[in-house]
Amino acid sequence: MPESESLNLPALDGAVKKWHQLTQSFREHPNRRVFILLFPALFWLLFFFLIPIISIFVHSFAQRSMYGGVEWMLSLQNYRRLLDTLYLGIFWRSISTAIISTGVCLILGYPFAYYVARYQYQWRNVLLLFIVVPFWTNFLIRTYAWILILRTEGVLNRLLVLFFPNATPIELLNTPIAVQIGLIYGYLPFMILPLYASLEQIDIALIDAAKDLGARPWRAFLNVILPLSIPGVATGCVLVFMPTVGAFITPDLLGGGKVNYIGNVIERQFKTARDWPFGSALSFLLMGIVLVGTAIYFRAFQEGKKENER
Amino acid sequence: MKRLLQLNVLFVFLFLYAPIFTLIVFSFNVSEQTAVWKGLTLNWYAKLLGNQDLWRAALNSLIVAGFSTSIATIIGTMAALAIERYRFPLRDVFMRVIFLPIIIPDIVVAIALLMFYVQAYIRLGLASIIIAHVAFGISYVTIIVRARLKGFDQSVEEAALDLGANEWKTFWKITLPLIAPGVVGGALLAFTLSIDDFVITFFTAGVGYTTLPVHIYSMLKFGITPEINAISTLLLFNSIVLVILSMKLRGPARL
Repeated sequence: MPESESLNLPALDGAVKKWHQLTQSFREHPNRRVFILLFPALFWLLFFFLIPIISIFVHSFAQRSMYGGVEWMLSLQNYRRLLDTLYLGIFWRSISTAIISTGVCLILGYPFAYYVARYQYQWRNVLLLFIVVPFWTNFLIRTYAWILILRTEGVLNRLLVLFFPNATPIELLNTPIAVQIGLIYGYLPFMILPLYASLEQIDIALIDAAKDLGARPWRAFLNVILPLSIPGVATGCVLVFMPTVGAFITPDLLGGGKVNYIGNVIERQFKTARDWPFGSALSFLLMGIVLVGTAIYFRAFQEGKKENER
Repeated sequence: MKRLLQLNVLFVFLFLYAPIFTLIVFSFNVSEQTAVWKGLTLNWYAKLLGNQDLWRAALNSLIVAGFSTSIATIIGTMAALAIERYRFPLRDVFMRVIFLPIIIPDIVVAIALLMFYVQAYIRLGLASIIIAHVAFGISYVTIIVRARLKGFDQSVEEAALDLGANEWKTFWKITLPLIAPGVVGGALLAFTLSIDDFVITFFTAGVGYTTLPVHIYSMLKFGITPEINAISTLLLFNSIVLVILSMKLRGPARL
């Protein structure tokens, strides 16, 4: 071995030989190499992710003991309680809020992405960067800023009083509207970026072709651009919908405990109500909703892509 | 039509930046009642400097992010190499499992880990936070490094091997430098997510161990003072500086 020969130490020579012997099987058997490369990730995800997730499922069948602990009397009681209109209502509210957030983000984001993709080639990177900059603040802080704006003595109401001195301040904070605004605000970039990526790829020549064939601008848009941008729309919708359904911070800060979404309710089970089994059941249902949604997305929009990847 | 689009763009920017400006402007406000402008002051920033709890929380955030990013980057890069380069049984399953920490809502992951820690008698402290952050960090790093590996031309590696380098040397001198942007990108993302993480940290932290976001949350619940504006402004400029630095490092050609 050239390395140890130059140093001329027989002990080092032996050590290097030993090392080469040990790693020989690693080098000659690709399977072992794969195993060693994969093992840490496998271990970590198994113990610190998969098993905890399964633990949710298992806990969801237990009961709350008198002092807030877990009593292992397995039953479907938690799930029966879930099906109570109260909790179903909360689930429905979370889902509908998420749908509205996704819709508004789409309405605001699509024209934005289209404008940047179509008309602003020179400045596109700057514009996109400016969309992302607010994202560099902590999520809590961005949500807090809306408290400053929306509350009774906040910026919005001060402006209102400035222009209409006799108006009474609008109570916007601690309402579902505040939460809705906060959620749209938090996830708008998630909609704009995939939309832009998808729109930017569309070949301008296709639009010219449509025009040559006699289509008017609206027609060209509806029949050519819109269909081709569907993958971007789908990705954007998924990226907004998923976090919004399970949102906790925004309803907590902007809803002030009065607006209950599934995220808050779960948090309450674990922090104050101390009903871990019920919280587990709620979490399991939430997880189910998100996974089903994602599976649908992947089935519908990624099939073609996956085939190309192989 | 173009006019309408431009109007929309303007509205979007106003919408996105109104809160940011509010934060910054009122961090200099004398009056404690935000939205009533009384005068210019740096008081709140001064108060911030003296806030020991805050600095301890910030330090904890850095420690957690530092450790979790390092671990996650190494593990994630290894996993990405394994997935991208080799065929093995259950490869498909593994690829889907990697996505799970990203798809499943924060709060579900958070309570899952909390319950796991309690069941396994793992004490809650700083390590419990780090472990949690590594768990989702691995996913992000793996995905980003994989993306980088996909466009990788393996002929360079083969050339090196033909020229007599062994596998290890090839990896260190050829592969790693070429995938470095992906690895660094994944590491940066994992670091950012760790520093900013609230929900998972909120549930997995031990008593007495707070990170910056959790501390800010308790400040928000306790009572709103412009001190929060001040820290927000500082954090914003901090992020901007970091991003500009990272862009400069990548070279002026890349924006």
